[in-house]
Amino acid sequence: MSGRSERVRGKLSYAEAIREALDIAMDRDERVVLMGEDIGVYGGAFQVTGDLFGKYGPERVIDTPISELGGAGVAIGAAMTGLRPVFEFQFSDFAALAMEQIVNQAAKLRYMLGGAVSVPVVMRFPAGSGTGAAAQHSQSIEAWLGHVPGLKVVQPSTPEDAKGLLLSAIEDPDPVMIFEHKLLYKTKGHVPRGHYETPIGEAALRRIGHSLTIVATSIMARKSLSAAEELARQGIHADVIDLRSIRPIDRETVLASVRKTGRLMCVYEGVKTLGIGAEISAMVAESDAFDFLEAPIVRLGGAECPIPYNPELEKSVVPQEPDILEAARNLVQGRI
Amino acid sequence: MASSNMPYAVRAYERRRLADALRKMILIRKFEEAAEASYMRGLIHGTMHLSIGQEASAVGSCMSLEERDKITSTHRGHGHCLARGADLGRMFAEFFGKETGYCRGRGGSMHIADVERGNLGANGIVGGGLPIAVGSALSAKRLGTGAVTVCFFGDGANNEGAFHESLNMAAIWKLPVVFVCENNLYGMSMSTDRSTAVGNISERAAAYSMPGATVDGNDFSAVAEAVDAAVARARAGEGPSLVENMTYRLRGHSRSDRNRYRTKQEIDDWAKRDPITRLFGMLVSHGVMAEGDMAELDGDAARKIDDALAFAASSPDPKVEEAAFYVYAGSGAR
Repeated sequence: MSGRSERVRGKLSYAEAIREALDIAMDRDERVVLMGEDIGVYGGAFQVTGDLFGKYGPERVIDTPISELGGAGVAIGAAMTGLRPVFEFQFSDFAALAMEQIVNQAAKLRYMLGGAVSVPVVMRFPAGSGTGAAAQHSQSIEAWLGHVPGLKVVQPSTPEDAKGLLLSAIEDPDPVMIFEHKLLYKTKGHVPRGHYETPIGEAALRRIGHSLTIVATSIMARKSLSAAEELARQGIHADVIDLRSIRPIDRETVLASVRKTGRLMCVYEGVKTLGIGAEISAMVAESDAFDFLEAPIVRLGGAECPIPYNPELEKSVVPQEPDILEAARNLVQGRI
Repeated sequence: MASSNMPYAVRAYERRRLADALRKMILIRKFEEAAEASYMRGLIHGTMHLSIGQEASAVGSCMSLEERDKITSTHRGHGHCLARGADLGRMFAEFFGKETGYCRGRGGSMHIADVERGNLGANGIVGGGLPIAVGSALSAKRLGTGAVTVCFFGDGANNEGAFHESLNMAAIWKLPVVFVCENNLYGMSMSTDRSTAVGNISERAAAYSMPGATVDGNDFSAVAEAVDAAVARARAGEGPSLVENMTYRLRGHSRSDRNRYRTKQEIDDWAKRDPITRLFGMLVSHGVMAEGDMAELDGDAARKIDDALAFAASSPDPKVEEAAFYVYAGSGAR
């Protein structure tokens, strides 16, 4: 191994960062096992587990039958009795098949049993639209699970966070749900080497401004950052908060920013109504930060529509960068 | 020399263990009768599901379990909990919603658990415990603990997808789990005749390439014989089995049940096959017990119940400001 490669390495993709986290966790803790459909020799539908099957074998990289309810339940039961399973749903949409085990069992067992058990399971959900896979393979259902006490729900938007949040989740004594936007898998970024943990429940202030606060999740954090660069050229300077965790939510980072900018815009891919934007907006409205607002709050979210197949229709039902730009300009220029 | 025409239980167990099994079955019966009385008196709220009449299935299925072994239980799970040796006082305290209860008053009858004795908990969702039991067996295999998991479920669960997915995974991975179906003929009001396409639920074992057996679930010896064999098979690494205990709940499904779907004649007929009377009769006829012993066993159970009720009644309620303790690790002391 050359000295140079010790000091410097190229950027990793989001998928590679997740795989590195899984590899590190499996290497340091025998109790960590992977479960899911086609995660073995196939390497996972999105090639996230990749060659881990070759390294750790079928006892630790466990291909499950197409049994989402049962598979999730097996991971939960294993977590209660000493293993640290990381369960991959092939698509987050398939969580609908497993909601019983996630919501009634994983989320509630510690509570129902008065603290006598832990359920240290991690579930990974490839999520979101943009792949032409239509209505049953493109949803953003993180807010469903964000509504359930007992779960933790995170949405990393960068390779660095994808690794750090996963390593945190594996160490966490409670069930952690990780929503990974499918369009992010190939995006690249700097990823620290070795084991590190990104704290669950802490937002990241990605860009500092004073004109408005943009609170965004997952891929919308990237789109918002990109939009914010263009806005800056137009003299509008946004605070861009990558929420990262929707349960728990980092209330203080959001409120502090709104107190500073006086304007709030929420950007998320899930259906707008009853979603993350509603929660962030209500959080601000219920706090002293409300007094600092100089304009109505704006939410940009998914349309009231399943994800369509046609590519132009598909783009039209989730916020795109021009939508963010326009909405931000209107908000700052008092046109709402 | 034990003769082969003696019942299995008399051949397999020492007198002390047989007496202990009977004692547990009586304790379960008295415990549930006392719980029912407490409910009537308003000391217990919510609902509860009594297993009166099913005691042989609970106790017989746990005979060869060791300390390291696990069980998953059902909404009708008081018997399973007591079969594993749970503390009566902490059980009643849970029913009374007290902080000293097994679940610190957060779970109640439907979530009664005793994790220290390997009971991973009763479950309010029909079929909810099946995948969890398979997960427990996966842990045992992967970690090499040698533990076997007994998964109790009712006839109603056999039509849930979770049942089929769980049996399949247990079989393909050859996991040390025993599926014990307590077929009491009704899923709430719907009879298995109307709900289930096969005559015996154990026939479904064939679809998952595992042994299946249907036994008289009110015959302690028959239950113990079938489940002991299944536990031994699991322990030896030969994979899962399905045992169907045919039994009957002499009470209704829950407190709201008015028994419109079954006849008094049917209930009376099953009452004549009472598992406690039958086990006691067997033990007397094989010289393990004497006719006069029953009064003492009853009295002993009654005293334990009285003490446990007193403990529960005098225990503190959880504090309202601690309602959200135990949602996450670190929220609340343990």
